Amino acid sequence: MTELINGRTVLTTPFSDADIRALHAGDVIFINGDVITGRDDVHIRVTGEGMDLPVEIRGKALMHAGPIVTGSAGSGYEMISIGPTTSMRMERFEYDFIKKTGVRLIIGKGCMGARTAEACSEFGAVHCVLPAGNAVVAALCAEKITGVEWLDLGMPEALWNIRVKELGPLIVSIDTNGKNLFDEKKKDYAVRKEDQLQKISKQMGSILE
Amino acid sequence: MTTEEKKEKLTDIMASFIGHTAIHLPDDVVSKLEALRAAEDDPAALSIYDMMFKNMRLAADLGRPSCQDTGLVQFRIECGSRFPLIHQLSEILHDAVMKATAETPLRPNAVEIFDEYNTGSNTGTGAPALFWDIIPDSDSCGIYTYLAGGGCSLPGQAMVLMPGDGYEGAARIVLDRITSYGLNACPPLLVGVGIAGSIETAALHSKLALLRPVGSHNPNEKAAAMERLLEDSINAIGIGPQGLGGSSSVLGVNIEYSVRHTATIGVAVSFGCWTHRRGHIVFDSNLDCTTDTHHGFTCGR
Ligand code: SF4
Repeated sequence: MTELINGRTVLTTPFSDADIRALHAGDVIFINGDVITGRDDVHIRVTGEGMDLPVEIRGKALMHAGPIVTGSAGSGYEMISIGPTTSMRMERFEYDFIKKTGVRLIIGKGCMGARTAEACSEFGAVHCVLPAGNAVVAALCAEKITGVEWLDLGMPEALWNIRVKELGPLIVSIDTNGKNLFDEKKKDYAVRKEDQLQKISKQMGSILE
Repeated sequence: MTTEEKKEKLTDIMASFIGHTAIHLPDDVVSKLEALRAAEDDPAALSIYDMMFKNMRLAADLGRPSCQDTGLVQFRIECGSRFPLIHQLSEILHDAVMKATAETPLRPNAVEIFDEYNTGSNTGTGAPALFWDIIPDSDSCGIYTYLAGGGCSLPGQAMVLMPGDGYEGAARIVLDRITSYGLNACPPLLVGVGIAGSIETAALHSKLALLRPVGSHNPNEKAAAMERLLEDSINAIGIGPQGLGGSSSVLGVNIEYSVRHTATIGVAVSFGCWTHRRGHIVFDSNLDCTTDTHHGFTCGR
């Protein structure tokens, strides 16, 4: 479900195909509902070792994140700090992961590549960037930790199930039309980089004189 | 105080200092971020800066780590040869990391090589990393703390170039890394460049460069000129906060060096992210301490 709340575009899980396909790279959104965390080890288990996710995330959100959590299963868990980790590390697994799990929205940091973009158009998913390093702001959006699986992987790698309220701003970086915000930025950066290297090369000469 | 009591005191202060640096960014980084925000006109970049300042405030109010990745803990130790606890310092810093991990809390990030398990305490084989320097005839001890996050460690690179590649070769490594992996490392970044004769000396200098204050310059005028040149060039690329575009890309560029071999030029680059969690604390022989990085930290609880 997509709503406009106080000028913010807010999507609530479960996301429909139409909710997701209406998003464009560069859009800024917030989300409500169910998010699970999953990073390197979770992806390796699901795509490499063929294990099934112990929770259903079809139509929901996956966050590339390893939080700091206190408490225990008995006393209840508290989210202290959470923020996105480098999404690119998951690039090699993400096509298969999206295909197998039906996840619709991936939250991470920085860019992802062509295979993820393919999966996004094929299965109706988006990748979004949550500005990283803002782990307390994000932790306060996590209303409740509803469960944890695969804690044997260690606190950062485990599958934390979280209920979030207006988590964001999420900047859509890959949309369902295959548009990848970072690819465009990277092209600009590459051109400017070469210009700057030429300038540096000229000026270093006079610095060293 | 007995040696045991002194050890306990130093362990306690270091554990609370490490925790403090995970929660509060150093004063120089905060002022630089304020200056970058003031100079920014891209609306998306401005909204990211606003989020950063809101996060800093909430982290301080709630006493929580500002970023969930509290990194691997590293120390640069400038220890006087007559500092009373010189022999116990390694053990003290090890215990301080364990204590800070439990009490702050810090995220356990240390994974043992080959056995591939998380030690849970941020300590383990060779962890915390200690980069020692012994200061002859001094009885005080200066300790730099650094929380090396995964995201900002990832773009690090070291290479040994041929002299013909020149300083331009070094500049290319820096710009190549920052425009690729650097985008994911939470810019605006602090860039530490090390230049020396071999790979490990260059790499160590690149880390020492990150420990220098933001806004400081190398005393060698040519090195300082190269720092300014690289800073202006990287800003001109327009990477912006989170790599999504903006008028500045870096907190600064710091260069440190030692001599090179006549036939080589070793170059390394290390990056610190916008949550550049560096601290500096100095103990005298009575274990009274001062810090020039965190105005809000009082030694002894
Ligand atoms: S790069 Fe720095 S700010 Fe970004 S997630 Fe890692 S530790 Fe946090």
